[in-house]
Amino acid sequence: MTTAEQEALIIRRGLPWWRLLLRDRFATAAALWLLFLAVCFLLGPEFFGKAATTLNLRVRNLPPGSLEHGWLMILGGDALGRSMLARLIVASQNTLTIALSAVIMAMIIGGILGMIAGYMGRGIGHIIMRFADILQSFPSLLLAVVVLYVLEPSVTNLIIVLAITRLPIYLRVTRAEVLEIRERVFVDAARALGGGRYHVLRRHIGPVVAPTLLTILTVDFSIVMLAESSLSFLGIGIQAPEITWGLMVAQGRNYLSQAWWLAFFPGVAIMLATLSGNILSNWLRIVSDPEQRWRLEAPRKNDG
Amino acid sequence: MGHFLGQRALHSGVALLGLIIAVFFLVRMTGDPTDLYLPIDASLETRKEFAQKHGFDQPATTQFVVFLKDILAGDLGYSLRKQRPAMELVLQAYPTTLKLAGVAMSLSIFLAIIVGAVAAYRPGGVFDRISTTASLAGASAPDFWVAITGILLFAVTFRWLPTSGVGGFSHWILPIGVLMLRPFGLMVQVVRASMMGALSSAYVKTARAKGVGEPVVIFVHALRNACLSIVTVAGDLAVGLINGAVIVETVFGWPGVGKLMIDSVIQRDFPTVQAIIMVTATAIFLMNVLIDLLYVALDPRIRHQ
Amino acid sequence: MADAPLLDVDDLWIEFRAGREVVHAVNGVSFRIEPGETAAILGESGSGKSVSLAAVMRLLQIPPAHIPKGTVRFKGMDVLNMPIGEWRQYCGRDISMVFQDALTSLNPVFSVGWQIAELFRTHGVASGREANERAVELLDRVGIPDPAMRAKDYTHQFSGGMRQRVMIAMAIALGPELLIADEPTTALDVTVQAQIMELLSGLRDESDMAMILITHDLGVVADVADTVAVMYAGRVVEQGRVSDVLGRPSHAYTRALLNSVPRARNKGQTLEPITGSPPDLARIPSGCAFHPRCRFATAICRNEAPPRIAVTPGRFAECHHAEMVFNDA
Repeated sequence: MTTAEQEALIIRRGLPWWRLLLRDRFATAAALWLLFLAVCFLLGPEFFGKAATTLNLRVRNLPPGSLEHGWLMILGGDALGRSMLARLIVASQNTLTIALSAVIMAMIIGGILGMIAGYMGRGIGHIIMRFADILQSFPSLLLAVVVLYVLEPSVTNLIIVLAITRLPIYLRVTRAEVLEIRERVFVDAARALGGGRYHVLRRHIGPVVAPTLLTILTVDFSIVMLAESSLSFLGIGIQAPEITWGLMVAQGRNYLSQAWWLAFFPGVAIMLATLSGNILSNWLRIVSDPEQRWRLEAPRKNDG
Repeated sequence: MGHFLGQRALHSGVALLGLIIAVFFLVRMTGDPTDLYLPIDASLETRKEFAQKHGFDQPATTQFVVFLKDILAGDLGYSLRKQRPAMELVLQAYPTTLKLAGVAMSLSIFLAIIVGAVAAYRPGGVFDRISTTASLAGASAPDFWVAITGILLFAVTFRWLPTSGVGGFSHWILPIGVLMLRPFGLMVQVVRASMMGALSSAYVKTARAKGVGEPVVIFVHALRNACLSIVTVAGDLAVGLINGAVIVETVFGWPGVGKLMIDSVIQRDFPTVQAIIMVTATAIFLMNVLIDLLYVALDPRIRHQ
Repeated sequence: MADAPLLDVDDLWIEFRAGREVVHAVNGVSFRIEPGETAAILGESGSGKSVSLAAVMRLLQIPPAHIPKGTVRFKGMDVLNMPIGEWRQYCGRDISMVFQDALTSLNPVFSVGWQIAELFRTHGVASGREANERAVELLDRVGIPDPAMRAKDYTHQFSGGMRQRVMIAMAIALGPELLIADEPTTALDVTVQAQIMELLSGLRDESDMAMILITHDLGVVADVADTVAVMYAGRVVEQGRVSDVLGRPSHAYTRALLNSVPRARNKGQTLEPITGSPPDLARIPSGCAFHPRCRFATAICRNEAPPRIAVTPGRFAECHHAEMVFNDA
């Protein structure tokens, strides 16, 4: 849009982040939903644990939509009469734990490896990059399937495997940023003042890389959630009696023609969570990019 | 150009080798390999024989050489449940998957080019909104759930389509539709972004100043430049399609490599699983080489490096 | 019978909406080009010169650009209100443009010959082999050695000067009546600059083509142009024959420009750069836009927009103190 002759100056009003959030309705909705999920995660098993495991054969396969048997049965009952709503809330804990743990693990390990690769350059750097190539070039699902086959499919192993498949992205991004920052003067200044390599990495490079990583993290959360759900659906991820939304869809599949809601609602839960993650990630990307921020900072039509 | 191709082939080759090494170590470092390669009820003698033949009692390097020899000879073990060479099973299943993935990929790219190009031309218009919604949906929707919901709606409720299985045209609709979600969503964003870049470039301005008509400007001048980004992403797309194929084949009962993989895992048939990994890795390596060649053909700047 | 001007730009206003700001890039620009005339448009970056001519060719992206007022007539036709498809028929054929940076202005994935031949194909003049042959002829005409081989080469295989020759070849391919050259030599080495200007003037002499030369280089203006329009902050502040304007400027800005470049006649004197910096086009100074940087400025310059003063017939300046500047030799 701009040629050398049109340089539009935009005065940044410097709005706080939460006001920028409110400007974007979808991002606000996404953030609220994720907050709600966090509440379910923390308080779910406490308050709904009993309802999720109480059998009530009178309401077996109860269709959703009626409040006759109490508000807990609003989403219907499963094959053993347990409240779908309660089960969904309780299952959120495992689902979210696995997704979050895997993502954070990937970010930390990938970030560290990336910083090393970027800063150390030749030799170690190359080996690390080839390692990332291997991981990225192979279908992540197949990789996860094989590893979980050879090791046992426990929750811990599942988290580790998922983290490994997401490593390369954090690795590359961190390395790229480190390479760019390495050239900048302030790093030389820090080293001239006696800061060793690790000091420079931690105090100077780390903080600059963090915002990009955060944006990737939110997208990754969605990706990992989908991956775990797929694995659990296929019977290779979470095993009963542990429960996640993905496994609930698999279990509900057997009753598709009689009780469609058993497979349907867990999928909706997954989709709402991943959708929120993606929408929030888009918002974060706009906010972190100074050239795009003005879209949110521009006054609304009825601003004073 | 030669340097470019050579370096890329080297990288892909190293990745392939790395994967083979990883599988090798994974199997041998996590317990008794005979547990994986032989049936549970195999006798001690059978196990000892097998171990000797494949050098499990030898040092790691010798083992690796034997391992490589086996692979190059095409011997990837015997499927435990089918009593046939694992390689045979895999090669038999691949055509189904290739057909499925091939159609999904071609359709995704074709539609993404049209929708993405129009979206880039009229930002904020109908097509732009379609493309944003599509990519958000593609990235967020659990494909297994969409598949099941699709079956529920179109097969069970409306009875328009069959619930599963291979067959005529109607058997393809749901599987391809589900498989296309993510690739289309991804590609349409890539096309849109690169077309927007191309359409605001100086050479498009020159073309218009020459009096070239808008359709030619969009679909010749701009698109030809956007092709490079499309080809770059096509590789990732194909790898993602394999992931999708695993789910789609399992849900719809198509006898492809994805379904074979899951069945083999559940039935503890490791040789087949290993064979699938090897063949897939090789296929990806070949595909990467192909994409690099395509790159050279499309970008004259690389040709003359 | 009166001589109709080839190009008649009348009171053209162009603004850009970017975020919350409105950038006033062109603020009431008028000029005329007669057939066969070579006019220079002189100004710094941000003066609005490129934007005005981009609007004439209808190459501006609307939005974010917006033309609230003004008419452009080319050979009597109303350019701005014509259906775009109709206007495109004239582009490349009767009116054409050469851009500043040939590296980005040429398509990197098509051969140079293909891009030149496209002109013949698009305007239905020739196609296939004939178009390619004529492209090779053009490459020869603009001085590219071994044109038949070079026609198959791509943009990145040419040097800066050669690329610019290719752009010029595309611009003159169909013998246009008006060629607009937007800073054709700015991105080039000094020696190459001279060659390109020589090529352009040679081509112009061969065909009686009118030319508009957008530049910030006084040397180019002096060598090649018949008339010059000096632009500042989106307005034409002085206009007239080159020898008159550069010899005895009657606008403070033109005067300041001349004093800031080395000239043979001023040998021994100190160079005086213009103080301050070009105005922010979203916040153009009141009255005369140049007043904050002008050594002749007085109170009236800050309060009132200067009138258009006819210094001599056919020559005018928009300066409250035009006479003073004129006499300050």
